[in-house]
Amino acid sequence: MTQPGTTDRMTRLLALIPYLTARPQGVAVAEAARDFGVTDRQLRSDLELLWMCGLPGHGPGDLIDLSFEGERVRVTFTAGMVRPLRMTTDEAVALVVALRTLLELPGLAEREAVSTALAKVSTAAGHAADRVTPVAVSVDAHEEALSVVRDGLERKRALHLHYYVPTRDERTERTVDPMRLLLVDGKWYLEAWCRRVEGVRLFRLDRVDDVVVLEEPAAPPPQAHERDVDNGVYQPEPGSPAVRLRVSRRARWVADYYPVDSVAPLEGGGLAVTVRTADLAWARRLVASLGGEAVVVEPAGLAAEIAADARAALGRYGVDVQPTPSDAG
Amino acid sequence: MAAKRAERLVNLVIALLSTRQYVTAARIRATVPGYEADDGSERADEAFKRMFERDKAELREMGVPLETGRTSAFDTEDGYRIARADYELPEIHLTGEEAAAVGLALRLWESAQMAGAAHSALVKLKAAGVDVDTSRSIPLQPRLDAGEPAFEPCYAAARDRRRLEFDYQRPDEDAPTRRHVQPWGVVAWHGRWYLVGLDLDRQAPRQYRLSRVVGTPKSTGPAGAFEPPADLDLADVVARQVGGDEQLVVIRARPGTAIGLRRHAVPLGPGDDGDDRLELRTTEPSALADQLAAYGADIVVEAPAAVRDAVIARLTRLATMGTTP
Repeated sequence: MTQPGTTDRMTRLLALIPYLTARPQGVAVAEAARDFGVTDRQLRSDLELLWMCGLPGHGPGDLIDLSFEGERVRVTFTAGMVRPLRMTTDEAVALVVALRTLLELPGLAEREAVSTALAKVSTAAGHAADRVTPVAVSVDAHEEALSVVRDGLERKRALHLHYYVPTRDERTERTVDPMRLLLVDGKWYLEAWCRRVEGVRLFRLDRVDDVVVLEEPAAPPPQAHERDVDNGVYQPEPGSPAVRLRVSRRARWVADYYPVDSVAPLEGGGLAVTVRTADLAWARRLVASLGGEAVVVEPAGLAAEIAADARAALGRYGVDVQPTPSDAG
Repeated sequence: MAAKRAERLVNLVIALLSTRQYVTAARIRATVPGYEADDGSERADEAFKRMFERDKAELREMGVPLETGRTSAFDTEDGYRIARADYELPEIHLTGEEAAAVGLALRLWESAQMAGAAHSALVKLKAAGVDVDTSRSIPLQPRLDAGEPAFEPCYAAARDRRRLEFDYQRPDEDAPTRRHVQPWGVVAWHGRWYLVGLDLDRQAPRQYRLSRVVGTPKSTGPAGAFEPPADLDLADVVARQVGGDEQLVVIRARPGTAIGLRRHAVPLGPGDDGDDRLELRTTEPSALADQLAAYGADIVVEAPAAVRDAVIARLTRLATMGTTP
């Protein structure tokens, strides 16, 4: 499909005159450009093109007419282009599915508006929205934490969290200044300034064991910036030590899920992957949870630790595995 | 698109919207600027035909309802027109809150699969006079995963109701197998994309993780080849499968360890060795075994034997790490 934020030029050209018709007082060129997700320059070039179009005959009275007053533009003759083109099936699906997804969220203050908007949009989209919609989105709800966090965000109050940290397998307590809620890949995250580590952190709501809204106001310091999550919630750590892994075909998802420095295919469908992290406990748990589908190439010490852990665990089952020297056989 | 072609297409739409009569190709050629003029040569006729065919296809692909027919019985050839009622988006009025809800909802697709369609839907709503303020700051950012190359062909086949063929790699099988499916729809279920449909070889509804589709799915046969069940709830199909039969797993954990497991466990009291006995529930025993293996010597699986064996198998593989090439 097309790039996000840009419309195909034809869709835009057919929508522009109706857009201006709906705004008889005129619109600033910059505002129209923003609405269509294009540059001012592109929008001007679209308007110039439309100015050359009109009814058959193409006499002076047949052509689309625009009037410019300073930075504002107004349409004075539409040549019959007064309404936008109907929604395509794809557009109707995108709209309807997005609104339905929003409706699924618990504790949503705007529920009533979402539900009436859905009804109106479905009617306007007509037959395109009639059919069984071929897309559905279902998110993991975590009702309680979500509504408390939303309450804190709306009232701009600090939050006190009991938060489970899987890499260290421990429960932590901390006070945070909430910034926003994110729904990334079906999971909810609270982005907040954590006063304990003095940094912006993402807290996965399914790891929040308890959350309370405090009376004190939320005050993220000026250096608290929202993270760009377009490439996932895990951030690469450029200066950190490299952990080199060989993952089997079944564990290839690791390369998609975590920010990796380099990826190279291996024979048999596996991958050689380099991750940079200062948190070796994280790497240790990740590799252990892959149950042998990933092998640590470097650092060698990490591989030895994981193997020793596993041998100790096997001892509890009465299974004895001796370390085999690498030159054996 | 070249400016000349865009201009010609806009003029064509305006011309066909402005008449109730069917307009012949020859008339269009004479009145819509930009077409190869009729100079009596066969070459010019051919050039016009090719250009006009391409333009019609382009408009239909955009969803312009281009009709073919004859105005009267005396007409000797088919003409074209666009019925205004079929072309125009019906009236829609949204309150400020409703418009904000639409703006917020469409952020779901930002940089995801249907970003293009979401954006053009928004453009059409704005052109219909709805003021959708996407910048209104609600501290809420929905977003879906963008990286699933199989989405587009699966979605298109489900939309058009065409049969679909693809190679599917199950993690417990060595090689991918070819599947033939009536695609009913695609579902993002808790962050993972699935295709739901009727498996034609097994004659039963099935779901497929899109990330396990190998290569590009191919749609075959005509559009409208089947009808999904009328009461179909896509998310429900996946929920029932993914959240299949629940299994009980009993483990022993050293006191003070395995916090992550305790969060969802039922404590069964201390065992003979002083460890805490815990009861866990899972619908995905293999994923639980992965998690249990990562707890190392802090825990021991008591039952069932299948989960115990799965954990031992994982630990055995891990135990050789660093010693085999």
